[in-house]
Amino acid sequence: MYGGGNVFEATKFDDLQTEDPAKLAEFEARIARGEKIEPTDWMPELYRKQLIRMIEQHAHSEIIGSLPEGTWITRAPGFRRKMAQMAKVQDEVGHAQLLYSAAETLGKSREQMLTDLINGKSKYSNVFNYPALTWADSNIISWLIDAGAIVNQMANARGSYGPYSRALERICAEEAFHLKYGHDAVVHMATGSPKQREMIQAALNRWWGPIMTFFGPSDKMSTHTETLMRWKVKMASNDECRQQFLDMYVPKIWELGLTIPDPNLKKNAETGQWEFTEPDWDEFKRVINGDGPCNAERLAVRRTAEERGAWVRRALLNPKAKYVKPLA
Amino acid sequence: MNELAIKDLLYKLADDQLILGHRNSEWTGFGPILEEDIAFSSMAQDKIGHSLAFYTLLHELGESEPDTVAFTRNANQFHNSQLVELPNGEYDFSLIRHFLYDNAEIIRFEMLAQSSYEPIAKVATKLKGEVKYHVLHANTWIKNLGSSTEEAILRLQSSLTEALPYALGMFEHSKYEQELIDAGIYGGEEAVKIKWLKRIQAVIEQTALKLPDLESIAPKFGGRYGEHTEHLQPLLDEMAEVFKIDPTAEW
Repeated sequence: MYGGGNVFEATKFDDLQTEDPAKLAEFEARIARGEKIEPTDWMPELYRKQLIRMIEQHAHSEIIGSLPEGTWITRAPGFRRKMAQMAKVQDEVGHAQLLYSAAETLGKSREQMLTDLINGKSKYSNVFNYPALTWADSNIISWLIDAGAIVNQMANARGSYGPYSRALERICAEEAFHLKYGHDAVVHMATGSPKQREMIQAALNRWWGPIMTFFGPSDKMSTHTETLMRWKVKMASNDECRQQFLDMYVPKIWELGLTIPDPNLKKNAETGQWEFTEPDWDEFKRVINGDGPCNAERLAVRRTAEERGAWVRRALLNPKAKYVKPLA
Repeated sequence: MNELAIKDLLYKLADDQLILGHRNSEWTGFGPILEEDIAFSSMAQDKIGHSLAFYTLLHELGESEPDTVAFTRNANQFHNSQLVELPNGEYDFSLIRHFLYDNAEIIRFEMLAQSSYEPIAKVATKLKGEVKYHVLHANTWIKNLGSSTEEAILRLQSSLTEALPYALGMFEHSKYEQELIDAGIYGGEEAVKIKWLKRIQAVIEQTALKLPDLESIAPKFGGRYGEHTEHLQPLLDEMAEVFKIDPTAEW
């Protein structure tokens, strides 16, 4: 899965004035021709910085995102779900591994990225600051958050940076299975016993708000995206992604007899656009800046894992340590 | 052939793998490096898959559906060794347990692949290739970390000492032990233990670790007869938490 709505707030386009104009022009021409930029190719510092930020956020979203669903691995009901839930969450961790490698090609080490995650310096998808209270929440994440991720990642897979684009192609292939798995689990709940239907509806009610903010703030509110889009770092606007997601999934949710908790949600027949209650962007900002229901817990888990595993990494870095006497 | 003896063996095999698979899966998201999250998850998936294969054989012999057997029994109805139910602890303990367990499991699977009882032989033949990778993973890490830093060696040594009484508990005899041997079902636990000792010695000799004298260790028996540590029931309660909301529902 993937956190949409990357935060580009630190973009300083003045930096571009220090770049060699000839090289910059050639770089832009290559992108315009649809060529991929590879790790050893010349690139503006701003391009490098934004890509590191974006890929790193994506990688963090995968490992932090494995936590809410991971909680339900040990509780998944029955062999079929238990095996699938394990494989699904394992895929997400595998995506993190792929993405950290892609980001490393731009010059930042995995260890440094993980340190920045723990310190709160780099972000991850805001939706994972919300809890997966029940098995049904985990199903909603597997289906609809992964669905949102696919919309976003399919777009970004056409981006200009070779290693990121190739990683995304592999990731999308796996996400397609997650989507089927999530949909199948939700179908079983929505067509199951009254208790199951109640559980899945409650989970949808809890997650609809976070889902609507998944693609990030409206384009009216984001700035400086023009250059990033010209460089094919950002491939689709937040609003375009959100509209595409609603188009694809609202009918499927309704088909299951579930109610979407937004009385204003409807497709405008004239414009072809979905209309909805504006998500609470103040809450979004508050949560992304650390004040959400699970921010502290998510980072604490990650920090604990890093601290507890530190001796293993030290040992791996130092495999040929000086001769150690056998313990008598 | 005595069906009770076969069922006893199948329960032992299936329960060991279900419980260890469950423990392995708890590493997802918490591993010391991402690659180990992924490796433990792979092994968890294999082990739980193996347990399902054995529960399916039990079902063919008239026992309940695999989901019912796995998700509704209490701790005292489980036949797994106590080794597999112990909490994961730190990575060193999980790694040592994995090493001690899988080096025995591969021997059992190799023996069972030759079993006179064809359904078991078929399953073991099909699955033993996966266990081979689990052993390779364990041995590689033990060799690597077991001759690295002083810190790593101390940790592994301490976990080895802690886990060994439980590991020896894996070889607790079934009440049908002699019958199973005589009928050519498999060579029995004593034979597994002798081969196991050779295997683990061969790896440990390549490290700075030291294998304690096994003769002086009292094995933690009881698991095969439903006696468990205080850790198994909470694991089972967690595993069945959703399933028990409505055991007749399709999830």
